Amino acid sequence: MAVMSGHLTNKQIEDKASVIRRDIISMLEAAGSGHSAGPLGLSDLVATLYFGAMNYNAKEPDWEERDYFFLSNGHCVPVQYAAMAEAGYFDKKELLTLRKYGSRLQGHPERTRLPGLENTSGPLGSGLSQAAGVAYSLQYLDGQAHRFVYCITGDGELNEGNIWEAAMFAGKYKLSQLITFVDRNNIQIDGNTEDVMPLEDLRGKWQSFGWHVQEIDGHNVESILDAIGMAKAITNRPSVIITHTIPGKGVDFMEYDYRWHGMPPNHEQAKLALAELRSLRGKISHEGQKHE
Amino acid sequence: MSKYELDKAVLTKQQLVEPTRAGFGRGLKKAGELDESVVALCADLTESVQMHLFREAFPKRFIEVGVAEQNLVTVASGLARAGKIPFTASYAAFSPGRNWEQIKTTAALNDQPVKVVGGHAGLYTGPDGATHQMLEDIALMRVMPNMVVVVPGDSIEAEKATIALASNGKPSYLRLSRDKTPIFSTAQSPFEIGKAYVLRPGKHVSLFGTGTMTYELLVAAKLLAKNGVDAEVVHVPTIKPLDDETVLASLRKTKCGVTVEEAQIAGGLGGAITELASEHLPVPIKRLGVEDRYGESGTPREVVEAFGLNGDSLATKIGQFMMQVA
Repeated sequence: MAVMSGHLTNKQIEDKASVIRRDIISMLEAAGSGHSAGPLGLSDLVATLYFGAMNYNAKEPDWEERDYFFLSNGHCVPVQYAAMAEAGYFDKKELLTLRKYGSRLQGHPERTRLPGLENTSGPLGSGLSQAAGVAYSLQYLDGQAHRFVYCITGDGELNEGNIWEAAMFAGKYKLSQLITFVDRNNIQIDGNTEDVMPLEDLRGKWQSFGWHVQEIDGHNVESILDAIGMAKAITNRPSVIITHTIPGKGVDFMEYDYRWHGMPPNHEQAKLALAELRSLRGKISHEGQKHE
Repeated sequence: MSKYELDKAVLTKQQLVEPTRAGFGRGLKKAGELDESVVALCADLTESVQMHLFREAFPKRFIEVGVAEQNLVTVASGLARAGKIPFTASYAAFSPGRNWEQIKTTAALNDQPVKVVGGHAGLYTGPDGATHQMLEDIALMRVMPNMVVVVPGDSIEAEKATIALASNGKPSYLRLSRDKTPIFSTAQSPFEIGKAYVLRPGKHVSLFGTGTMTYELLVAAKLLAKNGVDAEVVHVPTIKPLDDETVLASLRKTKCGVTVEEAQIAGGLGGAITELASEHLPVPIKRLGVEDRYGESGTPREVVEAFGLNGDSLATKIGQFMMQVA
């Protein structure tokens, strides 16, 4: 049965994000390698996409009415695998095969191995172009204005020239069904993004390429849903949503620490992280909170 | 095997010539007529790579991406995901020269039927010089799993190859030449992806050619015959998958071979055939082509002759090789 967007409450989506975070910790611990900070930081966004925004059918991944999701920063794929398992694409037990020999859950995503993935990704900079290719097809070749293409890129990934080739292309063709999120967590492998290769004025850069730009708190489900609603309402430009996230969000000792970019938790660290994520403090909820 | 009928004017004063890119342009338009999911993307070289015929016939299915070869193939990968058969074209020096990783990840590993068409490849790019005379593309594309590599011998074959690639369902590379080169095949000649063809049977040496070099081997074989050497000319338009059977059958008969390509001898046709022979039929094989150096400016013919890849020079080199192995 197809999953249509908008059937869960924000609170239920937050709960999904919480489950996804716990699954990420368990997967990475079992794998013994992989990226921690990015996937945890993206959990609220990816949970919102899978459980509040996108139309898809987990039992029929190539369903012809589906929306598309392209993860451009493929190293964050544990968050997508966890969301896909939660959505019913495959059994949750398979999550513990991440990065293991023979697994469909490769260290970086491979489309041909796992139904439900739209692209093979890992080398940075190419997912946005692939998303743009699909968006072009829907808008100009297939006449399908009701379907959307979602893409997540990292912020460090914006160092890649390929990204700006795609930005020019989508701007030129006014690919209004393309909704891109920049995971603005301010870290990359060698340090802070503004030290390694400054991205600011990031909003101005996208605007000058002809994009509609929004900036939101990437841990607030309501803000994410509102921004997607706005992006869908913009019909003459592609949309980028600069999504401010905290790397390692939800696990105190990982938050803001770029050393967790490419490192998994060991057994003790995983126990600590899971305990925290199960506690009230680790649960990301914004009910009653005020956001800028 | 039935005899391969060469064009009647081949090796005569009436020899026909046309660039292989012209055949591609016609073939792409025909492929577009046969299948409406065929789309074309170009990186600011539309007429140069002869995509304008398709653009005029199917303006809605033609996509200009500007001078951005990385985006060229990755947008194509997205279009393939949406069910299209995208042909991407630029000069081989830039695609696959610049965007090899994107081709690998988003077309080959991703197993999408993206067609990479590299125009202006090889020494026949002449006056543009070394930066534009792409010589490494055959090797670069051949090492990529899932990738099909086709180097048509003339414009008629390029047209057939383009139509065939549109329906092979695989990521594929088509190598094209800028300059007018001789036509040896006819509309009736066979062409199938993955097949090599014996153009001239012989028993003393197997001459394997690809692309524009096959014609030069026909010239060389004629000269060699005057000196009593009965050379077999085997045209190898598909480098990958290589037609192992035809190559080995020829070598089994002649016990020695020569490969000729308008490209680096390392990793290209010479690489493919010597790798095959070393495992299954180790016989002496001489690789001719560009030997670990870059090209340079000159008229196309001047450059080809300077590198010793014209029929006369090839005949001399092949004769010397025959003396060594005899």
